[in-house]
Amino acid sequence: MARTFKEVLESGDFVITAEAAPPKGTNLGHFRQHVALLKDKVHALNVTDHQSSVMRYPSLGGAIMIKEMGGEPILQMTCRDRNRLALQADLLFAHSRGVANVLCLTGDSIVVGDHKTAKSVFDLDSSQLVRTIRTLEKGYDLAGNQLDGGVKFCAGAIVTPEADPIEPQLIKFEKKIEAGAEFIQTQAVYDLDHFAEFMAYARPFGAKIMAGIILLTSAAMARFMNKNVPGIKVPQDLIDEMAAAPKGKALEAGIAIAGRMIRRIKDEKLADGVHIMAIGKEDKVPDILDAAGVKL
Amino acid sequence: MIRSITQPKLDTALESLLEGYTRLFVVGCGTCVTLTQTGGAPQVAAMRERLLSWGKMVTGSTVVPVACDELSHEILEEHQGAVASAEALVIMTCAFGVQTIAGQFGKMVVPALDTLFIGKESAAGTFLEVCVQCGQCILGETGGICPVTSCHKGLVNGPCGGTKAGKCEIDPNKDCAWTLIYNRLKSFDKLDLMRRYQPPRHHNVEPKPGRFQAPGT
Ligand code: SF4
Ligand code: SF4
Repeated sequence: MARTFKEVLESGDFVITAEAAPPKGTNLGHFRQHVALLKDKVHALNVTDHQSSVMRYPSLGGAIMIKEMGGEPILQMTCRDRNRLALQADLLFAHSRGVANVLCLTGDSIVVGDHKTAKSVFDLDSSQLVRTIRTLEKGYDLAGNQLDGGVKFCAGAIVTPEADPIEPQLIKFEKKIEAGAEFIQTQAVYDLDHFAEFMAYARPFGAKIMAGIILLTSAAMARFMNKNVPGIKVPQDLIDEMAAAPKGKALEAGIAIAGRMIRRIKDEKLADGVHIMAIGKEDKVPDILDAAGVKL
Repeated sequence: MIRSITQPKLDTALESLLEGYTRLFVVGCGTCVTLTQTGGAPQVAAMRERLLSWGKMVTGSTVVPVACDELSHEILEEHQGAVASAEALVIMTCAFGVQTIAGQFGKMVVPALDTLFIGKESAAGTFLEVCVQCGQCILGETGGICPVTSCHKGLVNGPCGGTKAGKCEIDPNKDCAWTLIYNRLKSFDKLDLMRRYQPPRHHNVEPKPGRFQAPGT
């Protein structure tokens, strides 16, 4: 019997999760393949919620499917698209279908996505959503009404160790932990020396922290993220390493870099685990794990 | 002073709103839209030209002093004839003015501007939205900077992960509200206020549409 994500967190083992993005549409074939490929190679699969504000098959649907396939899902929930009624209802639904882990996020802005004229919600923020989970667990909704049948979740949140400026981000991080976040997933990190400094600060707060790893697929992608994605900084030496890869071998270089970083995070105990985001290249996650020399 | 911030509708949008009308009367305003150069005297003059180039007839035009105030009898009387012979009014004021004028002149109105927000002039020609009248003011805990308005997502417990060099994830020309609030509170040695948990907000303090009765009136 596979362990629950919470049991893994509590075991002290090096935690490995990966991201799975539901499709734009109802063709779930690819998603199903990724889940089948990864579900026994990672401790949990994290399902994105309209990532980058692009409308897709819902994260809850993806999480239920993972559960049905015998995997361990982490349900991503952003505050962008649902008010507190809808968020609570989806939490009840998730619990009733065996989804036991939730990652609470604020959510990207509507204006960066593909439905730029939609109304954004943000009725709750990420720290309030974590508290909502803890409130529901006590048997009450946010209005103070008693629930007929409760919920139980392992709740997490995210932090951006490269945020600029960092101080306001750290205050928010502390608020999320105070709210009851048991695990923290970081935005992608590349400068592990800098990450080690962040961890020296973050560790005493007690939540399990998983370093975010985004697979680099080309030097251009690294440059693009540096320019456009807040909170991601790929150091020049890694960009050079990607650029130096022979033609057609950039992806292999990216896999080697990701593997090396995971190895170091594990060997030097820089974090409690890693969360691998192989955006669009989910089938490469086993190669990354091989390159890192880690397995469950 | 607070200002109603407007921008012109696209010509194509305005032209389609004017379909079916031939005789038009143009109204500008001497207050906010004069400052933002969207509905002052020069813009009203340019609108007359544009309407003529679209084959319309302009029965007259005026720039009223304050379009959101009830218009005086003098103004109404002065333009009575030209307004009466127009089929519709092309109004280059904010939507407060459009509503007032529509009621007073008793004519169909076509707004030539879109009203964006109620703003405050922060530097010459720069207007910022600083309050969305939420009914539950938290400025006392944020050093006088409003996150409900100035944070793109209206977050009240600190920043999202999108801050980039102190700017908002959606626009490098917009400050991240939470960087500003952090700096302000830090300068007062009041960061404990930012650490304080803000519960979910009350979004219906005064259910829309707002209505207020001053005591004794
Ligand atoms: S909190 Fe912000 S939006 Fe609400 S009343 Fe105060 S300044 Fe206005
Ligand atoms: S970057 Fe700052 S202002 Fe923009 S949404 Fe995030 S917290 Fe709000």
